[in-house]
Amino acid sequence: MLSYNEKIRHIAKKILAEGKVEIVIGYRRGTLPMINEPCFIKHPEDVTRLIWDRHCGINLTNYLTQRKERIGIIAKGCDSRNIITHIIENKIKREQLVIIGVPCKGMIDRHKIASQFEEEIQKVKEDGDKIVVTGGGIEKIWKLSDVLQENCIICTHRNPVIYDELVAEPVAEQKDVNRYEDIRRIERLSPAEKAEFFDDLLASCIRCYACRNVCPLCYCDTCFVDGSQPQWVGKSQDPTDIRTFHFLRAFHCAGRCTDCGSCERACPMGIKVRTLTKKLEKDCLELFNWEAGIDLEQRPPLTTYNPNDPDDTFR
Amino acid sequence: MNVIKIDKKTWTEGIGRLQGFYRLIGPVKDGDFYQFKALEKGESPDFSMLNTRLSPKSIIYPQSEVMFEYSLDETRDDCHVIKEIQVEYSPQVVFGIRPCDAKAFLLVQRNFETPEYKDPYWIRLYETTALIGLACNTPCSTCFCVDAGSGPFNDAGLDILLIDAGEYYYARVNTAKGEKILKDSGWSEETETKDAELAIENLKQAAENRITARISTDRLKEKGVPDLFNAPFWEDVAFACINCGTCTYVCPTCWCFDIQDEVRGTDGVRMRNWDSCMYPLFTLHGSGHNPRDAKTKRLRQRFMHKLKYYVDKYNDGIQCVGCGRCINLCPVNIDIRKICEAMNGFEPEQKSI
Ligand code: SF4
Ligand code: SF4
Ligand code: SF4
Ligand code: SF4
Repeated sequence: MLSYNEKIRHIAKKILAEGKVEIVIGYRRGTLPMINEPCFIKHPEDVTRLIWDRHCGINLTNYLTQRKERIGIIAKGCDSRNIITHIIENKIKREQLVIIGVPCKGMIDRHKIASQFEEEIQKVKEDGDKIVVTGGGIEKIWKLSDVLQENCIICTHRNPVIYDELVAEPVAEQKDVNRYEDIRRIERLSPAEKAEFFDDLLASCIRCYACRNVCPLCYCDTCFVDGSQPQWVGKSQDPTDIRTFHFLRAFHCAGRCTDCGSCERACPMGIKVRTLTKKLEKDCLELFNWEAGIDLEQRPPLTTYNPNDPDDTFR
Repeated sequence: MNVIKIDKKTWTEGIGRLQGFYRLIGPVKDGDFYQFKALEKGESPDFSMLNTRLSPKSIIYPQSEVMFEYSLDETRDDCHVIKEIQVEYSPQVVFGIRPCDAKAFLLVQRNFETPEYKDPYWIRLYETTALIGLACNTPCSTCFCVDAGSGPFNDAGLDILLIDAGEYYYARVNTAKGEKILKDSGWSEETETKDAELAIENLKQAAENRITARISTDRLKEKGVPDLFNAPFWEDVAFACINCGTCTYVCPTCWCFDIQDEVRGTDGVRMRNWDSCMYPLFTLHGSGHNPRDAKTKRLRQRFMHKLKYYVDKYNDGIQCVGCGRCINLCPVNIDIRKICEAMNGFEPEQKSI
């Protein structure tokens, strides 16, 4: 994917110079291994700052919300799906956007690598289908496919579903992916075992809300956890309040989450928050045959009434 | 300052003995990272960490802390009376604090213990806690403690500084509290202080030479507040910020909190929880007006506070000890080193008066 850089810069330069857009949203090189910084550029001569590699896992759609100008945005498969969701939810207009589509082969899971490397990581290099990590005098080599983000391993929409420019030929989509094995395992647990599982899952949460704030879906002016009149949920480190935050947040993402993995990537404590959103994503697929962010024309399941609703309550 | 040498063979024995006198806290591996936790009987602090993921500030300043309790039950005599909660403060000893984090307690003290205001909760915990540091022989690439007024072998804020010298630890004792702990531990091998200081100096030099992360703070003081406040770079540096507050929660020197009442039935408590200048609610007025109504303003506040207002107010360096946590844990790679450089080097086109 390193080879995308030139094409990205070329397109960005063109659309800025032609005045098609006022800014381009992309990534610039980070100051640490395995992380880049979302950024914007306004001038054609600055396009050399833009970079693309396997450390661009934060969903850039989050930066579009309610912007007013004409924008060029770099979008991999999941970002493009969130752009569709954003357009449907009136958070941005299609006419405002020039979407620079990036066929994606997966982002590196920085938590996974860090947790398997005892020293400080100083350098991470891609070498064919391998990834070479060095630091503190040691070197470790992984197969790329083993250290991709969990959501990338099971991704079935690597190519942008909506775009104006494409920086490379589409990549082959992954077939016969077993997307919900982990969720099925949890579904089979007894209520007591589930309670224990969720306690463990969320035990180290510090309620920083990085998972929420990084998510393009979470754009409410005042989130239910922040409101105080009425106060829906306590603000302390009480485990019940922490669970309430997570469960309700997940429900608010039902039928909208694209499993982009931003939330999990952002969490400073490495909590697998996708576990919750994935259950709802699975339900949407199984009950309504719905995948978020695929089609601009179709209404999301939570905004439509269907006389054949799978649930008795609604029929 | 007195230095003793502790043979590592006698280490666990001494820890065991101390457990008879104090509540012990130390770094332990918890899943994928290290955290400060109360040590169980027979458990030793795990010094193989680079540093803990979260700073030790919560040991003295818990993320959620109950301050008062009250009852809304009108049949009770003490109904509606706010009473301080009774907590037992037994002496505790924290092992393995890195020098940057120890220095951070001194910075935080500026907020909780001033001539006018004394925060009883913070002060009581601080006073009943002894801090035993662990010098950093191998600082990380994001450690800029030296430029932030601390250093890998800095004693500030520590009762004892431990220096790992292979087969043994040197223990440099800085306070009476520290002396008492050493006595209780039974580690007693006295050593020729001069030789020890020399050995420590060599290790210190080696550690400082490994520090690659630098910041410049020398010109922050002379900059004008309005100049920095209105500097054009904020929009660019704040763009990626998602206002998650991670940087403030993991920071050993961030001290802000919010006060909340929580009531169940007729029993209520008043508690404080960490808060963050990165959150919109932090400055939301009752009128609905919010002076920091955009993320750029909130990000600017965090860095102006640490690198300018604090510098001006206390005349004792920046409100940062260079631990590097915010750099490592910011989900979008906002790097205080870059921002500090931008501020320190900023030249306004036109100086405001
Ligand atoms: S909930 Fe997580 S995976 Fe889903 S869209 Fe939001 S950030 Fe992406
Ligand atoms: S990002 Fe992680 S630690 Fe922060 S609120 Fe979300 S799950 Fe909790
Ligand atoms: S600087 Fe980084 S860690 Fe801090 S609030 Fe912004 S995004 Fe979160
Ligand atoms: S501002 Fe960042 S580097 Fe400085 S003390 Fe806080 S977390 Fe550490």
